[in-house]
Amino acid sequence: MTASGTVTRIAVDRIGVRQHPTGIVAVVGHPNSGKSTLFNRLTGMRQKTANYPGVTVERTSGIAQCGQVAVELMDLPGMHALSAHSMEERIAVDVVLGRMPGIDRPVGIIAVLDATHLYQGLYLLQQLLELGLPVLVALTMTDAAKAAGLSIDIEALQEHLCGVTVCPVVATTGHGMSALRDALTRLPQQAPPKVSGFWPKLATEAQLLAADLPASLTRTEIERALIDGPGALEAYVVDQLGDRGLERLNEIRQRLFGDDPPLAVEARHRYGWVRQVLADVQRHTPVLITWETRLINWLNRPVPGTVGLFLVMATVFQAVFAWATPFMDAIDVGTGILGTFVLDNLPQGAVASLIADGIVAGVGSVIIFLPQILILFLFIIVLEDSGYLARAAYLMDRAMRSVGLSGQSVIPMVSSFACAVPGIMATRVIPNRRDRIATILAAPFMTCSARLPVYALLIAAFVPPIDVGFANLQGLVLFALYMLGIAAGLLTTLLLRKTALHGPKPAFALMLPEFRMPNMRTVLMQLRGRVKIFLHRAGTIIFTVAVCVWALAYYPQSDVLASRLVEDKAVAAISLAGQPLEDKYAQLENEAAAAQLEQSLLGRAGKFIEPVFVPLGWDWKVAAAVIAGFPAREVVIAVMGTVYAVGDSADDATLSERLRSATRPDGSLIFTLPMVFGLLIFYAFCLQCAATIAVIRRETSSLRWPLFAWAYMTLLGYVGALLVYQLAS
Amino acid sequence: MTLDSLQHGTRYVIDAVQCADPVVQRLMVLGLVEGAEIEFVSAAIGGDPLEFRLYGTSISLRREHARYFSVAATDHDG
Repeated sequence: MTASGTVTRIAVDRIGVRQHPTGIVAVVGHPNSGKSTLFNRLTGMRQKTANYPGVTVERTSGIAQCGQVAVELMDLPGMHALSAHSMEERIAVDVVLGRMPGIDRPVGIIAVLDATHLYQGLYLLQQLLELGLPVLVALTMTDAAKAAGLSIDIEALQEHLCGVTVCPVVATTGHGMSALRDALTRLPQQAPPKVSGFWPKLATEAQLLAADLPASLTRTEIERALIDGPGALEAYVVDQLGDRGLERLNEIRQRLFGDDPPLAVEARHRYGWVRQVLADVQRHTPVLITWETRLINWLNRPVPGTVGLFLVMATVFQAVFAWATPFMDAIDVGTGILGTFVLDNLPQGAVASLIADGIVAGVGSVIIFLPQILILFLFIIVLEDSGYLARAAYLMDRAMRSVGLSGQSVIPMVSSFACAVPGIMATRVIPNRRDRIATILAAPFMTCSARLPVYALLIAAFVPPIDVGFANLQGLVLFALYMLGIAAGLLTTLLLRKTALHGPKPAFALMLPEFRMPNMRTVLMQLRGRVKIFLHRAGTIIFTVAVCVWALAYYPQSDVLASRLVEDKAVAAISLAGQPLEDKYAQLENEAAAAQLEQSLLGRAGKFIEPVFVPLGWDWKVAAAVIAGFPAREVVIAVMGTVYAVGDSADDATLSERLRSATRPDGSLIFTLPMVFGLLIFYAFCLQCAATIAVIRRETSSLRWPLFAWAYMTLLGYVGALLVYQLAS
Repeated sequence: MTLDSLQHGTRYVIDAVQCADPVVQRLMVLGLVEGAEIEFVSAAIGGDPLEFRLYGTSISLRREHARYFSVAATDHDG
């Protein structure tokens, strides 16, 4: 990062802009402070997401309608303090300081203050008050605070906050929202709070420095440069001070902080103020301990917590399999009927084949997994929203340490069960780069929702649904595959931490959010977003690949085969009649279609690479499907749906029935148990996902790591499948 | 007495912090500073990391860092 290049200078007429009623108001607060729930409550469905320039962090903004006035809001990533610790915090800090290139500085701030966590909340709030922006405080979780016996004196609090308006709200029920909206309309026109620096000595030094610096630098920024040390802001200040700039800063630091780290001194001063405020505004009355509190406290204890964590995960995998089945059967029957309908009602030829064998069979075979993916995402979103994942990070820290990671890597890994892309993005909270890369490389091993269709198809087709004790064998195999993914991911990090990513052990310090009932509105909004992405993928990537594969399988049409079919039919008609003739016709047509597929472009390509996969027990159809699945792994199902639909006499048979009866030319079954297990292993390991590779590239800002991940995982998948097939057969 | 050797159910107040380690500084930003009242909740399986309660918030840290915070028992209760 070059020093001066990343700093955007703030326009001098910023004051004028601030008076203007239009502009974005930033919603700022701790992670888990109810910030996003409040934001959703204020903006409703009128939201849009985009990325921050240059980084892939999602930036959500929306319009809050407050009577006649519409205010544009921006939901910033959660942060604890202006002394940013992780990449996400860095972004939030840069935005509120107006130092994010391409984004105008907000004209005001809604500071979200969690009533149950005033202590840390007030620390951040004091920093926000010093920014020179109008501030409005939304005091959230007031219902939870009341239940915990906390009462807060709003008037006394407003007094401590230099007269800033405090609006108590319950974002989940909407209580207090109208007062908040009302205050929000007035916010951009308000003057920033008149605060007198949290530490007069520091303020004086900053003021002295300001005389030699451009007027666009606020006192807060100069103070931050003094406290935070090396970074873009310090470099800018040093650059502006000219000769001896750094020496001057260091002299001031020596006077202010002595030998103590500046951050520690800042924390001491600010928390001194926080304790004063707390003593004035917060009253604690003892409350009756309810059975819910007792239960939660018990579940928070180490042993029940750890056992509970495993039970919850096992339940998720069982539910994914068991609950989704009726819906999946319905979709399966539906696509079957649709395909037959198309073939019966359109004139035979390329168009009918494209629609029935290409689009309906291909896309339908992926859409069928929507119910499972819905259930999986629902569980993960609920786990995250209830605060359970942070608890898991705490419980798993010791185990993660044995592979050279910390508990903080647990959250990205669990998210990766849904999809590795958000999982890899969730690593942004990990401050150290080596720890982050190690986690990023483990994440794609976690069984994602795109692997699920492949597993589900093969398990449903080849593993008998018998009960083993309290569980179902199919569910157990699925669970074992999830475990295999976890083991492979952890072993990979262990290996990397011993070699390329060798470094000091990662630290672990985490705020544990309280358990709370997830807010259904927030959960459903997130679920809707995930489903949209899934359907979008099915409608674009998978649709395109399905059509391409259909074309490769359909063309070139062989005239020789077609005329031979006519001849053979004529020959058969001489010696046979009635039902035997119909059967003979069907057999001939089937053979002709199989021969056609074999001489198609896809057939030739599959045959060409077949030798590579013969040791795994695959025929050219499987090989072609797997190769086609490299951009997105669930495509393999679509391709199998297409290649096994072409040349099948019974078009209404399901894909698993077709796979079970697929044979080689010599009549031997292709999908034997060793081959199927090898294929499952291949899918457990192989990195067949262009989106994941792209996100690894972006998040590591290197080509080396995505290439390494791809080559390593593909090789591991091949070797794994080879060993299983060769040893088992 | 340091943070890694506390008893259940007693309140303590932090009286000194050795703050050279950046992780310790981060913990100070999260509120573990001199003068803060703190209570020990539990340790995860294997005795590490530790969980504390600090003005109604749960916070977890490892033993190796807990050692840098020295505490004294408070006399008032409730």
